[in-house]
Amino acid sequence: MKNDIIIAGVGGQGILSIAATIGLAAVANNLFLKQSEVHGMSQRGGDVQSNLRLSDKPVSSDLIPNGNADLIISVEPMESLRYLPWLSDSGWLVTNSNPFINIPDYPSTDEILKEIKKIKNHLIIDADGIAKEAGSARSGNIVILGAASTFIDMPFESLENAIKELFRTKGDDVVKVNLKALKAGHEISKDLSYGNF
Amino acid sequence: MKKLLLLGDQAIAQAALDSGLSGMYAYPGTPSTEIMEFIQSSGDAYDRNIHREWSSNEKTAMEAALGMSYAGKRAMVAMKHVGLNVAADGFINSALTGVNGGLIVVSADDPSMHSSQNEQDSRFYGKFALVPCFEPFDQQEAYDMIFDAFEVSEKYKVPVLFRITTRLAHSRASINLKEVLPERKLSLPADPLQFVLLPVIARKKYKSLLLSYESLRYENRISKYNNFKEGSKRGLGIITCGIAYNYLMENVGEFENDFPVLKISAYPFPKDLIKNITGRCEEILILEEGAPVIEEAIRGILDDGIKIYGRLDGTVPRDGELNPAIVAKALGLPVSFGQDVPSLVKMRPPSFCSGCGHADMFNSLTEALNPFGPGHVFSDIGCYTLAALPPYNAINSCVDMGASVTMAIGAADAGLFPSVAVIGDSTFTHSGMTGLLDAVVKNSPVTIIIADNSTTGMTGGQKSQATGRLEKICEGIGVSRDHLRIIVPLRKNHSDNVSILKEEFEYRGVSVVIASRECIQTSVKRKRSGNSNE
Repeated sequence: MKNDIIIAGVGGQGILSIAATIGLAAVANNLFLKQSEVHGMSQRGGDVQSNLRLSDKPVSSDLIPNGNADLIISVEPMESLRYLPWLSDSGWLVTNSNPFINIPDYPSTDEILKEIKKIKNHLIIDADGIAKEAGSARSGNIVILGAASTFIDMPFESLENAIKELFRTKGDDVVKVNLKALKAGHEISKDLSYGNF
Repeated sequence: MKKLLLLGDQAIAQAALDSGLSGMYAYPGTPSTEIMEFIQSSGDAYDRNIHREWSSNEKTAMEAALGMSYAGKRAMVAMKHVGLNVAADGFINSALTGVNGGLIVVSADDPSMHSSQNEQDSRFYGKFALVPCFEPFDQQEAYDMIFDAFEVSEKYKVPVLFRITTRLAHSRASINLKEVLPERKLSLPADPLQFVLLPVIARKKYKSLLLSYESLRYENRISKYNNFKEGSKRGLGIITCGIAYNYLMENVGEFENDFPVLKISAYPFPKDLIKNITGRCEEILILEEGAPVIEEAIRGILDDGIKIYGRLDGTVPRDGELNPAIVAKALGLPVSFGQDVPSLVKMRPPSFCSGCGHADMFNSLTEALNPFGPGHVFSDIGCYTLAALPPYNAINSCVDMGASVTMAIGAADAGLFPSVAVIGDSTFTHSGMTGLLDAVVKNSPVTIIIADNSTTGMTGGQKSQATGRLEKICEGIGVSRDHLRIIVPLRKNHSDNVSILKEEFEYRGVSVVIASRECIQTSVKRKRSGNSNE
């Protein structure tokens, strides 16, 4: 088993929470894992990514080789396209449809979505809208993780347990809202699987 | 066995705690910051009352750590690579004084300059100071190696340089922990003159340092961190070190590897190990993250031995960090690729946070400077350096910590008017205060803006030594009260702030304008955690 995952977004959008959740679940499943993050300057509104590598064998490189990612999870539509050189032929791209516009030359959202739809295996979701329905507008990142969970080779329950562990110190309400967001995302994709979409 | 999921930085911190650390010293700097942060958040460190306060800069951190070592206890100091330049005086001389308690100096290099001004390779400093240098290839080795680095430090009575790079520092892996060692007891050095570098003593100490460096080189033949693995192929042999080893293994596979491979993680590296692999192969590929340190040593000046491939002949790019694709190419293996990035994808550089006080300050400064044309603003290292980018285009320099103040002085000496420095509060107490004293002593016509956001912002909001002290520091250094102005960089104060800046430009002496407004990030964090009265 091997899952090479790129998590993409803009500094401050919560991609490290996605990475940390998958990481905790991987440890609970006794998988080998390396998870590379961006700290420092780029966190100030720049593009950020995390390379997450799960395997039942030891992982060598902290960085995913080009053309090898099984999954891109993106909290922002334009950012999802930045990592296409890493996506494998059979890989999935799961992205939020809501743009984060903090640059003057941000392209039209329709054009971006058109590009995403050219990818063989893609899933575009209105994570912000679903998060709001779940009761927390700030949980869009976890909705996307839920939607992407179908393509991660770990039991869904282990991601739920990881959410409980990660948000434990923030109180029961935060845990509950994020579990709801995870589930809502999962509902969208659970009937899809590799190759039949 | 206990397991934890840790960043490389955190693994180093956990290892130091587990190997009997008594004091941690540091100044924040990407990618090293999380070492100190981990110790500050550790319950063990709290229970054991381990020293874990930030220092004013890397030099004061280095020297305080040496002081703890003098007193017989184990100490660690951590910094980013350019921080080692600041700490270099103490670091180089600590090789001569030697240590009493074990002392580890962690330097986190940033090849490809993700968050830095250069990509210097700290291994040069190891050779320069003649101290052992360790360079782990992964997070687990980093954890294990700290235990041995303390042992080596105490055995050879020298500080140990511990070199890591960004990808190891900021990547998480599962770490197996060892048993916790007790801390050392307070004990003075056996020789009361050990730390006294008077020339007559330093000369003797230098001779013994030279000897100990060569015995280290000899011992490193059998270091468990320098291993040779035989391969069935005899044509190409590979010498690699640090994280480059991972990219090699990613390409050739740990178990199916056919190439003879020498992995070096403990420096100075022994000649015997090099000769062993060069003797059995026709060609050698050298893979290093950073500068061609090993490659230059092996090529030497004559460079007429066997064929060597590496960064110096272009097989591997001369600059920038490695990745699996670069290493695949160097090995002549096929490089996979997904799809091109669609052309509509735009660059998204870092920028000021929405609501950041620096943005308002630069808006006022740019307007105040408008009559004088471009080219008047010397800046420094911090979030405010982002004002170099559009739409601000507001600064003309960013060189090293504190250089804004001193470059403004030099430019004023040359006749530039107005000559303005913009420096953050934490950068000011790191290295700006001595420059301000220069300006005061000769009454330089400079305007120094201290962008005070009450935190060390760019590295994630660590405590600033300057908070609550800036006015007193400036007055104490000798800035006239009449030209020590406090402004609040808010949009509603814009025209007042422009006038104040213009007034101070016209004053032909030292002006300090403290632009004071809390960092929006730390302010939000503080309010969320409920400490709104702090």
